[in-house]
Order: sequence, then structure tokens, then C-alpha cells
Amino acid sequence: MAEITINGLKATVPDDATILEAAKTVGIHIPTLCNMADVSSFGSCRICVVEVEGAKTLQVSCLTKVRDGMVVKTNTGKVRKARRVLYELLLSDHDQECLTCSRSGSCELQALGETLGVSETRFKGEHDSPPEDVSVAITRDMGKCILCRRCVAACNEIQNTGVLNAQNRGFDTVIAPAMEGKLGDASCVFCGQCTVVCPTGALRETDATKKVWEMLDSGKRTVVQVAPAIRVAIGEEFGMEPGSQVTGKLAAALKALGFDDVFDTNFAADLTIIEEGTEFLGRVKAALTGGEATLPMVTSCSPGWIKFIEHHYPDRLKHISTCKSPHMMMGALVKSFYAEKIGVKPEDMRVVSVMPCTAKKFEINRHEMMNNGVPNVDAVLTTRELGRMIREAGIDFCALPDAEFENPLGMSTGAADIFGVTGGVMEAALRTVFELVTGKELPFDKLHVTPIVGFEQVKEAAITIEDTLPAYAFLKGVTVKVAVTSGTAGATMLMDQLEKGESPYHFIEVMGCPGGCIMGGGQPRSKDPDVKQKRLKGLYTEDEGKVLRKSHENPYITKLYEEYLGEPNGHKAHELLHTHYTPRGMENRLADKEMVRKEVSPA
Amino acid sequence: MAEQIKTFKQLEDIKKAYLAAQEKYDYIVYVCGGAGCVAAKCDVIRKTLIDETQKAGIGDTVSVVQTGCMGTCAVGPVMLVTPGNIFYTELTADKVKKIVTGHLAGGKVVEEYTYYDAALDKHVPKMDDIDFFKKQVKIALRNCGAMAYNDIAAYIARDGYQAACKALTELSPQKVVDEVMASGLRGRGGAGFPTGIKWQAAHDSKGDRKYMVCNADEGDPGAFMDRAILDGDPHSVVEGMLLGGYAIGADTGYIYIRAEYPVAVERIGDAIDQARAHGLLGKDIFGSGFDYDLEIRIGAGVYVCGEETALMASIEGNRGEPRQKPPLPFQKGLFGCPTNINNVETLANIPAIVKNGGKWYAQYGTEKSKGTKVFALAGDVVMTGIVEVPIGTPMREIIFNICGGVPDGKKFKAVQSGGPSGGVITDLDLDVPTDYQSLQQLGAIVGSGILIVMNEDTCMVDSARYFMEFIREESCGKCNACRLGTKRMLEILERIVDGEGEEGDVELLEELCEVVAETSLCGLGQTAPNAVMSTIRYFRDEYDEHIRDGICRAGVCFTQRDKKAYPQRLRGRVL
Repeated sequence: MAEITINGLKATVPDDATILEAAKTVGIHIPTLCNMADVSSFGSCRICVVEVEGAKTLQVSCLTKVRDGMVVKTNTGKVRKARRVLYELLLSDHDQECLTCSRSGSCELQALGETLGVSETRFKGEHDSPPEDVSVAITRDMGKCILCRRCVAACNEIQNTGVLNAQNRGFDTVIAPAMEGKLGDASCVFCGQCTVVCPTGALRETDATKKVWEMLDSGKRTVVQVAPAIRVAIGEEFGMEPGSQVTGKLAAALKALGFDDVFDTNFAADLTIIEEGTEFLGRVKAALTGGEATLPMVTSCSPGWIKFIEHHYPDRLKHISTCKSPHMMMGALVKSFYAEKIGVKPEDMRVVSVMPCTAKKFEINRHEMMNNGVPNVDAVLTTRELGRMIREAGIDFCALPDAEFENPLGMSTGAADIFGVTGGVMEAALRTVFELVTGKELPFDKLHVTPIVGFEQVKEAAITIEDTLPAYAFLKGVTVKVAVTSGTAGATMLMDQLEKGESPYHFIEVMGCPGGCIMGGGQPRSKDPDVKQKRLKGLYTEDEGKVLRKSHENPYITKLYEEYLGEPNGHKAHELLHTHYTPRGMENRLADKEMVRKEVSPA
Repeated sequence: MAEQIKTFKQLEDIKKAYLAAQEKYDYIVYVCGGAGCVAAKCDVIRKTLIDETQKAGIGDTVSVVQTGCMGTCAVGPVMLVTPGNIFYTELTADKVKKIVTGHLAGGKVVEEYTYYDAALDKHVPKMDDIDFFKKQVKIALRNCGAMAYNDIAAYIARDGYQAACKALTELSPQKVVDEVMASGLRGRGGAGFPTGIKWQAAHDSKGDRKYMVCNADEGDPGAFMDRAILDGDPHSVVEGMLLGGYAIGADTGYIYIRAEYPVAVERIGDAIDQARAHGLLGKDIFGSGFDYDLEIRIGAGVYVCGEETALMASIEGNRGEPRQKPPLPFQKGLFGCPTNINNVETLANIPAIVKNGGKWYAQYGTEKSKGTKVFALAGDVVMTGIVEVPIGTPMREIIFNICGGVPDGKKFKAVQSGGPSGGVITDLDLDVPTDYQSLQQLGAIVGSGILIVMNEDTCMVDSARYFMEFIREESCGKCNACRLGTKRMLEILERIVDGEGEEGDVELLEELCEVVAETSLCGLGQTAPNAVMSTIRYFRDEYDEHIRDGICRAGVCFTQRDKKAYPQRLRGRVL
């Protein structure tokens, strides 16, 4: 431990603490900008400088480690002046379009100006404001970029996608894909983690609210569905705690916005378990009975992950489950099963998905995601965009009475809720598959497969099947090994293991964002250090609160197969609910250029 | 396979054989092959010499040797004829023909082609009589211009590799560190950090692997002392690296050299190959059990890669950007291992220090700044070139007595010491000893040793603008203070020299200077404002005249400015 003096106060902190951390322990707030806990300590903005006795120059508190006996002053004339000048410099190279910026009010640069009491900008000079780079999922507006490099850390250190980095030098530096290319042409997986960490409006989801308002105003039958992770995060847009369960208010708000049908992607998550579970058992059976099958099978719910594997491991696509992601299944069903039921032509229907995800915006544009010439889903809103629409509509979210999702595509089991968190899809699949095979309930307390719950990068579990029902005798005595990871960095580890032929697993769950969908690229930007844990808890509570907690128990699913789909993995199911993938290679080298262009640039 | 050198006696034998071979010649002609003379077509001189001596039938009795830089770049191409140490300057093929017939064949010095001292208004044929040479003390440059740069035997004949042999066979690594510590040598790259302390830290540092790095990314505009050493005496750098590697316990050394020095890359590469062929790099060097080898890494034209953390990032294959220190390289350096980084000139001093002892080196210089320092002179000075003098030699001695002062009868105005990161020294302070402490007090630095002399026709605001232009161009863009601070300072300076300066601009500059110096991440940004601060300190009136009165007393501002140019006055001169 080291004892240091900050503004005359004594602080005793661990030896490897920074001055910034030490200051916090004695109630001193040092303003920061580029620093972001768990993401980036880069020291680019210099805003957090402090005076350290004996040091030649001012020191950045976010990187300077404490030393026993250190004497620090955080609030001297010299420090205040330096911070103000540094702030003015940042503003001098920033589009000051605050009034029309999507981040106005939630902009960290704006907030910092207020903290520092800056009331003038004296440095006027060259400022480059290049045209926006608009892809279907993410918009880059480099005139607003302050080069804090949080996005570079998210893209390289956290996600290991290596798309965004500093290009050029000095004043000409710009954060961009290699050779200052466009995101759509690069190997960007559109995970959107960069948009979550960006302190300004430089990186954001490509807007879909305008398009959705038009749909709502058009008089066309407009159906909305919501992903599991939204219900524990949308409350944050209205000042609630992360993890607040607001499913009822969410359904009510969507109805109030004017959607004709308010469905739940959770229903399709239950359906996914049936389809994916059946596919998995089919593959395992083939493998164990001398047939041909590719194992491990890997989940396909996360479009960021799908794009990642298409770029980085294009030869491994046969490992991916052929199941569409849940909201695409839902879209396909709405425009077939439901359209027939209500007697509306699919082309006269619109499906909007509210997703915690920016990659879903890309996914709906994939050429594979069409049936009978119409796209399965017409627009994707992120959680943040939905928040904006609710505010714009003048809906008092917090005061809304609870409503329910509508059937026949609204009911779900607890297994569907946990799709939103890393490990959830695997747990949901195991709940159903184990029971299908053995006739017994999965032997875990509260049905939670504890080894794969939580936020470690790679988690694994092994379940030995001792007794089986007669139809699954081939599985008797088999130990099924599964692995779970979230974030493409973790996925890289598991895929490299696979490439080396050393993967011991039968089934792997991969979510593109670290923590799973609750931490998706479209989720509210939170300052709560415990946000992950709180959202996770919200989803598990939602699950545990339900009477039905296994997908195969969902009566509407049973009915759907009876009435419309026939058998799981059957002909109709394949046509509507399954898909195939496109080998892309790095920078889309393997892919059809025309197709890529259509998929990545907004119409 | 070349002879494997394992013992001191082998070195002695090679030396004897080499000197004996030299003695067979009537004359040895040393043709300067430094960068300045290469530019002045010294290859023609060399070829003419060989052809003409053949024609005159004295080809076998005259040896023509191409050397590294002799320092007198302003009067190149030059050559030295021994015996007699006759120094010929500003050579042409015709002059060489006459020298061959007159001197080499005829035995009579051709005085009219020898060195001309403008101050004395007469020719001074003998090198030992020329002020430029006789007032210098050459340690780092001891072999530059005095031997064939490309022959390991020539280097050995001048006692090369004796220090390495002595260290590896007789001294412990700690003893080598002790000698360097005793010498008082400070880093010659710019920061002036005591080399012995650095070596001791790297020596004491624990790590599975350690690295030694030579910083040959010399990038200050007008600096060419490291290039002179790399071009003219590459083996001294190899030996310095070997000694450093042994002292700190490294197994690999990297020489990080800028791509703009293709000749240096080639020559240091050849020297490494020769050393390796003779077993002076590789396994079990001098039979000591010490394994060590060198690798070259070529930079990509980035000034900031001379900053040690950026340099290491570049070697590792990353974007060349500095990072927060600490950890210092000796704690966590290249690839996370303890690393010691020294500049070329520093390393070139090491063999001499280890051979002669730290005390010997410490006899030169001042109490706090020991040894000698190489300076590169550029701008408005008669002898643009490089000199090596004991630290503490006053600036007036260097500029006026050694390098001949300001040409064309113009008045001296200031000298920019330390390159873009340095500051100006005016006539008033020229007698202050040129050492680390004294220059710092004047707001300038010794830095890498670049002296840009400016006469009365130079506008100081324009010169500050030029240096800021350079820094802005070379800022890496990582930290806000330097990236935007240098840009906005440059814009203010540009509007002043364009006649659009506003009242308050100088105060705004001063405020920016203070904040950029205080808050920048690395040395580049921290010293970026120096040229501005220093010119404001000594020439505030010139700033005010530009802004208030629209007057540029040097008469160079308010015109169509070539934005990429050197200060208007210095344009076209050798920089």
C-alpha cells in the first residue's frame, strides 16, 4: 500500500493504483475524457492532468501510478488553466453542431465543458469535417471525432476485430479502417462496441427511426418485436437502474407508438431452441452412428459473430447452425404464418425489430434473409433509438401501466429470456435437449448450468448422459462437452483451437459482444460500473419468475408446429427458419462485390 | 571462412599486418566519402585519382582510400594526402589531375588547391595547421575521415575491438558499467541522460531476455553527426553495441535506423556482416561464452520514432507512437523485456571509454558535463559541417574560431541550438560554456548537437514558424496537447508572418506554449514550444513589430510564403 497526499488529504491505496483512482477514494473528482474503465487508459486527451510535487511537468492522473509519499494537487490555477486550454483545443477541431447532434445531452465532451466552466473558444483554425461514412449499421462522422481512441481499444483490444485504428499522423490523424476505407468495405462485423464507447456523436448506429416513423404513418400493417435484452435495459433511457425489469411498460410503449402487433422475439427464441436442438441432435446422431456430420456445432444467433466467422474463418461455416437468428425467424413467420392468419399480403406488411444490436441492421439486409421475394425484417431499431422514439412521441415511459405481448407470437418461456446473456442460449438448449433425450429435467439447481453462467471469456461444461429414452440410445454414456464465449476475441480463441484440430467440444455458443446481448452495441451507454451484472440479474430474475422455463413447454410453439410448420427441421421449417452463409474473407475478398455493396450501404 | 578472432594477439597481428601493408605505399590519399562529399561527386574524384595515378605509372605506390566524413562539408569534395597531411578542398577532376602530376608524382604540394582560410586570406596546406581541425578533440569521430570505413582490418588497425576483447575476456559486466559511469558520459541523442546510470539500471534489471537498442533515427533538420559516424565508422557502433550488450546482459541488439539513410543502412549492414564473419558477433564471442548478435530495423520516416517508446513500438511492428513513462525501457522495454537504448554518438564513444578508462574520458569537458560533443553546423556559417569539441567550449569558439564565423560580411543574429526542440542563443550569450546546464538556463538545449547559425537577414518569427511547421508535421497525433497545440501555434505564427497577426496573439502563443509543454505526452510535445518561447524571450520586439507596425526588419515576411520552405533566409543554403 502507498500513502499519498491529495489536496492535503491522505489517501492509502494499493501500490499499482493510479492518481485518478486514489483521488476517488478521498472524494476528489478529477475530470477525464478519454479514460474509460475496463476499456481504455490511453492518455490521449490530457484533461486529467494534476500537479505532482517534484515532477517536471503536469502528470496525467489516469496513467500515473501512485508512489508512497507522493504529494498531488488537483485544483491549482496551473491545472485549471491547462484543462481549459486543452478543452478549447479539442473544441477547435470538432464540429460544433451540438444542437442537432444525436448525442446532445448525452455527450461527454459537452458535459466536460460544463464541468470545466469553459465559456469561450479562442482557437480558430483548420478543421476537417469529411462526409459521413454511412453503412447500414454504423455511421462514422469524423468531424465530431476527438481522437480519444476508446473505439480503437474496443475494436482491437476488446473485440480483436482490428478494423478501426489511427491513420495518418499529427493533425491529419483520423480514426478509420485501413487506408481510410469505409467500414462497409472492411472486415467490420458491425458489433457496434465502438458506438457504445464513443464519447461524442462521431460513432453511432445508422438511424432507422425515420424509416420506422414512415412505416407507422403509412397505414401498412406494422409489426414490432423485441429482443430479450431490451427489457432489462430500456429503462436506463428513462433514468432507471440498469437491470430494471420493464417488460410490461415496454409492451405498452410499443402499442402507444402505434405498432399494430406487438410480438416478442422471445417466442422465436423458444422456437430456435426446438430447431437448433433438433439440428444438434441430428448432427450428434450422425457423428455417433458413423454418418457424416460437422461438430462442434456453433450457435448462429449473433449476426456480428456470423460476419466475423465469414471474414476470419470462411472455411469453417459448416460448423455454424443453419438456424436463422430468432428475430429473423419471427420476421419470416409474421410474413407467412401470421400474414395468412390475418389475411394480409406479406408485401403489405412491415416488421420492425427492436434489438440491443447494431449488427442486426446489417443482418436484415443479407441476401439470404428473404422469403418469397420479401425481406423477413424491414427495420431494426437499437434500444437507444427506441428510447428516442418513445421520448419523441411524448410517452411517459415510467408512468405506463404494464401491458402484454400479443399472441400467437408473444408468449415465451424463461429459457427465451436468458438468450440475452452469455451462456443463456446454451443453457436454454441444454434444458430442452437433456429432457428430450433422457426424459428427465436438467440436473442443475434452478435449471442454471452454473459453469457457463457469468462473464469469463471462455466457459465450459461437460454433462454425461447416463440413461436415455430408447430413441436416443446412441447417446448413452456420452459426455457432451460444451463451450461458451462472448466477444469476438474469445471466439478467436475457440476457433483457433478448432483450426488446430484440438477442439474437444460438441456444441459452442458464441455471442459477438462481451457479456452477450445485454452488452450489445445498441444498448444504452451506461456509466454504471456494475451494469453488466445488473442487466444479467434482471434477465435471470425474469426467467425464474416464469412458470414455464423450457422452450419445448411453450404451448404456442407446439401449436405452431401442429398448425403450420409440421416437424422441427422439416421442409417448411427449413424454408422459413434456416439459412446459409457467405464466405467473405478479409475485406470481403471472397465475396461478390455487388452483393456486399447492396448489403452494406443503406438504400 | 574468415579468420575467427578469439584473442587480443590476433587483433594485434591484424593491426601489424595492415600497417605494414600501408607502409609500402609512397602516398596514401584519403578521399572523403561523407554524405556532403558524396553529394559533391567525390566518386568522380576517387575514380580520377585511380585513373591518373595508373596513367602516371604510380598506381602501385599510391593507395586511394575512401573514408567517412572529415567534417568540412562546405568545401567538399576534399581529400587528405599522407605523409604530410596535406588537405585539398573543393576538388574537381582537373584539379586532381594536377595534384597527381604535381604532388603524387612530382613530390610538390599544389598549394593553390589546398585549404583556404578566408579570415587569414591565405592557403593553409597542412591539416594540423588548420584552425578547424586543430581546435577539435575527436573521440566519437576518432576514425571518421581517417580510415577506410568499409574495412574491418582498418578499424582493427586503429585499435578497434580491443575494448570489446578486453571487456569480454577480462572485465565483468559490472566493471564495464563502472567505466561508463566513471566517464560521466551523457546520452548524446538529445535528452542528455547519464549513460552509466541507464546501463546500471538495465544491468540490474531482471528478465529472461534483455535487449540493447541503437537509436539511429537521427531526424532533426540539419543534424548529420550520427550519419557521419554510421557512414564513416560503422564498426565503432557495432563495438559499442557489443559492449553495451555485454554490460547489461542482452543477447540481441537492434539498430533502428531511418530509411532516409540508405548509405548508412548499407554500411552498418556490411560492418555487422564483417564482424559476424570474424566471430565478433554470434556465439561465444572472444571465447568468453557470451552470445550476442545484431539486427537492423529500418524506420519509415517518422521523426517521433526517435523517442524511445515510439521507437520500440515501431520495432515491435506497431504504429510508431510514444507511450506513458514509466515504465521506463529498463523496466519494461522491447517486447516487454528490460531494454537499454543509446544513440549512435553515445555508442561510438563507448569503445574509447572502455579501452582508455572512464577517467581518461572525464578529463575532457566541464565539471558536470564530461567528454566531447559532436556538433553539426548549418545555416549562415562559413564551415557548414561537423566538429567535435570538449563540452563547455563556448559557442563563440565553435562558430567563429573553428567554423569561420558568418560569411559574406553579414552580422551574426542568433544560433538555434538543439534543433526544433531547442532555442536561440544571441550574441550576448555566445561566451557561455556550451554545456547541458548553461544552455538550459538560456532556454536552449545541447540536444543532439545541431547548431543553425542565423545572420541579420533572418526573421526570428519566421524561423519559429519554420520549426513549428516541422513539429506539427511530425507530431504523431496521439495526444491532444501536441496534435492540436502545435497546429494552433503554427496557425498563429503563420498569420503573424503573413501580416495578419492580432493584438494578443503573442500572449495566446505564450499560453499555448505553457500548456503544450506542461501536458504533452512525450518529449516531442514537451519541447515543441521551445523555439517559440525562446524567440519571444529574446526577440519579443520583432513579434510586436510584425503585429503592430507591419514591419519585418529582416524583410522576409508578408510575401507569398512557400509553406513548406525553410525560413526564407536559410532557403538554398546547406542545411
